Amino acid sequence: MARPLTALEVDIWRGDASGAFRRYQVPRRDSQTVLDVVTHVQRHLDATLAYRFACRVGMCGSCAMTVNGVARWTCRTHISKVVLEDRLEIAPLRNLPVIRDLACDMREFFDKGAKAHGRFAPTRTRREDFAAVPPQTPQRRAADAAIECIGCGVCYASCDVVAWNPDYLGPAALNRAWALENDVRDAGRIERLRAVAGDAGCHACHTHLSCTERCPKQLSPTASIAGLKRATALAALKGKL
Amino acid sequence: MTPARRETLLWVAQRASAAVLALCVVVHLVTVIVAVRGGLSAAEILSRTRGSTGWLAFYSLFVLAVSVHAPIGLRAVALEWLGWRGASRDWTMLAIASALALAGLRAVFAVFL
Amino acid sequence: MNADWRARRHPAWWAFLVHRLSGLALALFLPLHFWALGRALEGEAALESFLRWTDTPLVKFAEWGLVLLLASHLGGGVRLLALEFLPWRNWQKSLAACAAALALAAGLAFALAL
Repeated sequence: MARPLTALEVDIWRGDASGAFRRYQVPRRDSQTVLDVVTHVQRHLDATLAYRFACRVGMCGSCAMTVNGVARWTCRTHISKVVLEDRLEIAPLRNLPVIRDLACDMREFFDKGAKAHGRFAPTRTRREDFAAVPPQTPQRRAADAAIECIGCGVCYASCDVVAWNPDYLGPAALNRAWALENDVRDAGRIERLRAVAGDAGCHACHTHLSCTERCPKQLSPTASIAGLKRATALAALKGKL
Repeated sequence: MTPARRETLLWVAQRASAAVLALCVVVHLVTVIVAVRGGLSAAEILSRTRGSTGWLAFYSLFVLAVSVHAPIGLRAVALEWLGWRGASRDWTMLAIASALALAGLRAVFAVFL
Repeated sequence: MNADWRARRHPAWWAFLVHRLSGLALALFLPLHFWALGRALEGEAALESFLRWTDTPLVKFAEWGLVLLLASHLGGGVRLLALEFLPWRNWQKSLAACAAALALAAGLAFALAL
């Protein structure tokens, strides 16, 4: 049975880009997550609060927000881990336009995924035999290390290069490109290298490692981008780019 | 040249010059630290350097590597912190590269010949 | 809203900042360095008079700073080359610490040589 310990002072972003933080008092409980706090505000204090969630068990990435300045999955963030003197600051993800309150517009994030050729280009049809891809080959291991991304946007929101260079494709799009580059069945690998090597592509990464620090699935987009740097360099020196 | 090719080759040049500079800088730091012991005078420096073709070659390579490396680095900073894009940025960096190479080789000439 | 310092408190970010700022400082310093050495073209006396001007504690401190900047930039750069070219391992995050240590060692060596 949950019992209130103290009251939390929670600053939540309200409005769009020109909005402001508004303070709410939320009862503190045992085993409380940031998503619990946001839900409490919307249900009991202010029904007009807009926010996103779906699975609430750390699988879908919909609940990603900026908590005390850092991008996180709110359903997987216990209050006890982030609260500072009973205070919390909750804002929408950075580097993306704010629709309202805690909901941001993810379109450019997914558009950049497409720009980086984040789509598999098949070579075989159903009339041919399966492609045999041994799981322990270096290429398959590289692909597997990057493949678990669910597109939550935390890395993108954490990347300073995205903030400084709005055209930058971003860690998630480039990570997906690297996973596909290592898929030996894919037919579009040279075109994809051209797509990620452009003006605001993989070479714009300055290895801040913020994406790798924050990824809730412990992926390393930085490692993937390093792979893309090597792959594009090799292709360019061979005259293939 | 496509942006993809240009950005990639600039990256290659940056890393290649970095590798060269890593060696040059270590040698330079050791040399400076050893030479500076107990004070420094023009006579001391020039007596070591004048007429030395080995050092001439070394520092010429050093200057050329720096002339490649520094402008490419500045180019990224110009975009990210000054919002500078397009051909003018690239032409300016080329100008900086040339100026550094000229000034640097002049200094090498001054000290080693 | 841009990222603030709360999202930047990890070692790799500091390594980046040191690397970038030291690079900028060195790029600004280089023309001066080339000009100073170029004075030797006017004869040994010209170079000597410049070196005498640098004999003040303030300039010596600045020179020590420059050595520190150069060593930091080198350390950060070697770390970057490792991150981009070597197979990815978690210990590579500690490369930032190694780079810092090497830079300090170089600075110390220079200070002791003065």
